[in-house]
Amino acid sequence: MASTETTPAPADDLSGVEAGLDALDSVQIQRTPIGQLLRQKALPPLIGVLLVLGLWQLTYSLHVTASYNLPSPADVWGSLTDLWTAGTLFSIIWTSLWRGILGFLAAVAIGTPIGLLVARVKPVRAAIGPILQGLQSLPSVAWVPAAVIWLGINDSMMYAVILLGAVPSIANGLVAGIDQVPPLFLRAGRTLGASGISNARHILLPAALPGYLAGLKQGWAFSWRSLMAAELVASSPDLGIGLGRYLENQREGMSMPGVLLGIILILLVGVAIDLLVFSPIERRVLRSRGLLATGR
Amino acid sequence: MSTALTTSKNAPVDESPTGAPAVRISHVHKSFGRPGTATPVLDDITLDVAPGEFVCLLGASGCGKSTLLNLIAGLDKPTAGEIEVPSGRPALMFQEHALFPWLTAGKNIELALRLNGVARPERRAEAERLLELVRLGGSYGKRVHELSGGMRQRVAMARALAQGSRVLLMDEPFAALDAITRDVLHDEITRIWAERQLTVVFVTHNVREAVRLAQRVVLLSSRPGRVAREWQIDLPQPRRIESAGVADLSVEITEELRGEIRRHGQH
Ligand SMILES: Nc1ncnc2c1ncn2[C@@H]1O[C@H](COP(=O)(O)OP(=O)(O)O)[C@@H](O)[C@H]1O
Ligand SMILES: [Mg+2]
Repeated sequence: MASTETTPAPADDLSGVEAGLDALDSVQIQRTPIGQLLRQKALPPLIGVLLVLGLWQLTYSLHVTASYNLPSPADVWGSLTDLWTAGTLFSIIWTSLWRGILGFLAAVAIGTPIGLLVARVKPVRAAIGPILQGLQSLPSVAWVPAAVIWLGINDSMMYAVILLGAVPSIANGLVAGIDQVPPLFLRAGRTLGASGISNARHILLPAALPGYLAGLKQGWAFSWRSLMAAELVASSPDLGIGLGRYLENQREGMSMPGVLLGIILILLVGVAIDLLVFSPIERRVLRSRGLLATGR
Repeated sequence: MSTALTTSKNAPVDESPTGAPAVRISHVHKSFGRPGTATPVLDDITLDVAPGEFVCLLGASGCGKSTLLNLIAGLDKPTAGEIEVPSGRPALMFQEHALFPWLTAGKNIELALRLNGVARPERRAEAERLLELVRLGGSYGKRVHELSGGMRQRVAMARALAQGSRVLLMDEPFAALDAITRDVLHDEITRIWAERQLTVVFVTHNVREAVRLAQRVVLLSSRPGRVAREWQIDLPQPRRIESAGVADLSVEITEELRGEIRRHGQH
């Protein structure tokens, strides 16, 4: 019975095997160099934009339609420099952007507790869950006439429309995020002794963060759309001129370059916030959790 | 050979000479769904685990091993019967590492310490100490996805130890690992069990793993889950899973396990 089981493995032998296994089996994380990243991420959309501009210029040069219907890119550029020299470009953008940001923040403050309640309290979910889902698919322009009658043509009406557009997305995003938390994490949290507030703070909310962020991102898109709809419809001297109003003024003046410029600026602001604020946060969160394929 | 093996078929368990057991399971029944309608998953399980003992619960898939472990962990309540763990809430390790991906390895352990009431200034040092214990000294700042499967289970082990419980429940914690890594982790858990004088209840469907690790192997039958038979394993630790002693006992226990499974094919 001089079998192997009586000879204990030397401790340093075990740790050596272990260290070897660890080294062999660990994931090697490599960061892509910034130059390559730019080439991969920035170049394709740039080419896309240039292509659209080229096609636009081509259509214009071929006189497919009257030039008051389709001005050239240069005409639109002219409208932009007009705004620049008049000194109103930034005030127009800022008027809308500031409203959008304030409305969005209010929507976050309201949508987050609603989302938590719907996700965690069964009767609340049964009662208002479906309503929230339905509201999310209702275009928020539909609220504008009602908001005008209730609140008049003023800032409150704009914020009301933003909230009605963005709160459902944010709340639903949080609900989806919480629903997708793997039950294993909740069980692990319970065995570690987390319950109630400490469970929400240390387990539930961090675990739901990716879904919540997706909801915030969509909430911003909805805020911005709702605001533009409200600005287009509501005209009043004390509201100031935002992007939506600028666009509507240009239509009234039958200035097609101005109209196109308005559309492009609205698009650019919406995309810029997404690209500069939400995408980096989202990427950071996903990457730190290993949910993002790196180097691709 | 026979010195390594004592069997006690369906006999009442009484091998805790040193006072109260660390885990006492008495006449536990568990069924899911509406009472009366469902066939019980667990039927009259009675089992004591002595302080410092290493017990393996062995049984076919679906026989109720996880259910029993969840009951001991307090994650679920028995339909009837009682479970006592005098030392308080036991630590539990799952087959999946269950580490939180939004925290680093070190912070996962610190969260367990924090929920266990350890004051902030001591947490960092204690987390480092626990990582040293599972031989992951340099991995404090590593994210979960940067670790290999074996390293994740070792961090999970450190996190379970951070709960400060003397009783450690393990639910097939190494089942998803390759054989070489599993072998190394067997050595680790036996070392840590001895060093920390833990009471371990280890669930597995792998007979050799059970014989490699346990002082006592408890075979559960399936549908309903009952204690079918027990073996006292007297081979000295640390054992090798490929050794003749482990192999011989495994053959005998496997035969018994097959017999249990075969009974179900007959009706
Ligand atoms: N929450 C549950 N609801 C209903 N049935 C369950 C539940 N959990 C486990 N079961 C049933 O109990 C039996 C035992 O499951 P489990 O304890 O996971 O087995 P094991 O861990 O031994 O593989 C299985 O037949 C399973 O379908
Ligand atoms: Mg199981």
